[in-house]
Amino acid sequence: MTTADHNTRRARDLLAMMERIRAFEEQACLAAERDKLVLGAIHPSIGQEAVAVGVMCNFNRDDILLSTHRGHGHTLAKGADPLAMMRELLGREGGCCGGKGGSMHIADFGVGMLGANGVVGANITIAAGAAHGLKLQGSDRIVVDIFGDGAINRGPFLEGVNWASVFDLPILFVCEDNQYSATTKTSTVTGGPGAAARAESLGLRATTVDGNDAEAVADVTAEITARIRAGGGPEMLHAITYRRTGHTSFDPAGYRPEGESEREAETNDPIARQRAVLAGMGLSTDELDAIHAAAQSEMVQVLADAAATPFPADEMALQDVQDIGSPAQEAY
Amino acid sequence: MVKMTFVEASREALREMMHEDETVWCVGEDLGRGSVFGQYLGLQDEFGPDRVADTPISEAAIMGAAFGAAMVGTRPVVEMRFSDFALCATDELVNQIAKARFMFGGQSRAPMVIRKPIGLWRSSAAQHSQSLESWYVHIPGLVVLCPATPQDNYSMMKAAIRCDDPVVYLEHKNIWGMEGEVDTSLDIELGKAAVRRQGADVTLVSWSDTANLCVQAAETLAGEGVDAEVIDLRSLWPWDKEAVVSSVRKTGRLVVAHESVAVGGFGAEVVATVVEQAGDALRGPVRRLGAPRSLVAYAPNLEDKMRVTEQMIVTAAKETMGK
Repeated sequence: MTTADHNTRRARDLLAMMERIRAFEEQACLAAERDKLVLGAIHPSIGQEAVAVGVMCNFNRDDILLSTHRGHGHTLAKGADPLAMMRELLGREGGCCGGKGGSMHIADFGVGMLGANGVVGANITIAAGAAHGLKLQGSDRIVVDIFGDGAINRGPFLEGVNWASVFDLPILFVCEDNQYSATTKTSTVTGGPGAAARAESLGLRATTVDGNDAEAVADVTAEITARIRAGGGPEMLHAITYRRTGHTSFDPAGYRPEGESEREAETNDPIARQRAVLAGMGLSTDELDAIHAAAQSEMVQVLADAAATPFPADEMALQDVQDIGSPAQEAY
Repeated sequence: MVKMTFVEASREALREMMHEDETVWCVGEDLGRGSVFGQYLGLQDEFGPDRVADTPISEAAIMGAAFGAAMVGTRPVVEMRFSDFALCATDELVNQIAKARFMFGGQSRAPMVIRKPIGLWRSSAAQHSQSLESWYVHIPGLVVLCPATPQDNYSMMKAAIRCDDPVVYLEHKNIWGMEGEVDTSLDIELGKAAVRRQGADVTLVSWSDTANLCVQAAETLAGEGVDAEVIDLRSLWPWDKEAVVSSVRKTGRLVVAHESVAVGGFGAEVVATVVEQAGDALRGPVRRLGAPRSLVAYAPNLEDKMRVTEQMIVTAAKETMGK
């Protein structure tokens, strides 16, 4: 295979995965708003898909991922089954967490995805610990932890990044900077120059990348992961992107400057940009549209299948709490 | 049988478990120097700095990182120095460690022992003296242990390390030097109480160092013609309801005593359970002893105002008998 073939294939894979993530989240939003099937909150990553695919294409199935409450894209890109994920969003049997976690607590240990987290920044120390455990075991697996720009203002960022630094752990921290901390513009509540500078101050090499350029994210992550796999220690990737939706699917985001999201959609959509890359490599519009259509039909079916799945058995409410003193035996 | 102090007992148990299972490791501040009370003395020399890891003063990271390492297949023993400092890692313990197995539908385990030295300890004041065991019992997902003797600190530490659930392990700072005979072949099933003294007239229920006080009080009571049974719960979740209920069915009388604040304390849970399950057997008023809902002071006379004393237990036991 020539380098050009390889590049085209990767570019195509990146687009296909972004289309699948977008289609999954569009269906999830419809399930929430149109169908009233998602009873809790979901936090879409629409517009941020290039970070998920560009980072994750450099990680193996048995490498470890920890993610955020806005983590559908990361999880799909790590290889999780979309039907199990959609069932989880709908709280159904056969969800990847048996319907007990929902969108904010998706985990799929079978693909090395050790959990999204409902607490901002909480996974930073846990991910550092996963890397610590792998290092103790002499494993050659590595860890990636993705968190948002809001997380760098929480204590676990300092404690977890410092921990990775002093123990020289095999971990990539990715700050997926969508510019909003819930409903607040992050720059208005963040002192100093931000994520990369903070990581550098703790001894990490930090790289900043256009997080809506899937090719650039994939390229720079390939270089970083090669260094980490070679024992180079922890690094930080600051990927600058934009959150096109509100904080949750139900948030109209009226706090944003008028036209900001629309402008991003028109000029900086990661899928449109990747289509342009592939067009430049010679793919036809029909070929690109076929990738889009395949993702759409896959996820329409996923939602239909998930909606046809029953809720979990009632007794699951008392299962998987603990072995000793389990509520299944002793609830009071 | 080997003579050991309370601190030597858990250290020896930890040492043996580290030899038995190479996935066991210790993580916390100053462990290379033994930590605050010598619980790890010599272990770094024996096992090296990877398995006895000195950390930054980062309680949240100690707890969170140990959890991450547990999820990938190691068995960390986490040192928090003083239970008071563990409050800096509350999200990690309560929102993450205790919940992960359930939230992730059973995909994960957190086999961890989280050591939090508790209790009054010579003018340590309000941020180094607390006993918050009842908080942890309130968190589904956690096992909560309070050993009170060298034997129990030895056998329960081993059982805690072998346990696949996260265990909050509360050692009392005042009894590190307490000596006792230890049978190193004795296994203890977690959740089973110890009957420290058998008696027919009144049941004294306690745990941690207050259980030792109850044993002393029972001897004093014996001299006054009252035959007290002392139940040391040892484990607060799960706890041995059967041992307590059957004892109260025998004696008809109940005193619960603990060092922590009485209001909302685990003693209330014990009393409520006895009233529900053996209320018909009670032949006198129930007494519950704990600290006033105030704070631990530095000045010794003020600190003493927070203590449950042997005399208080003796008096309470007599009151249940109408004496």
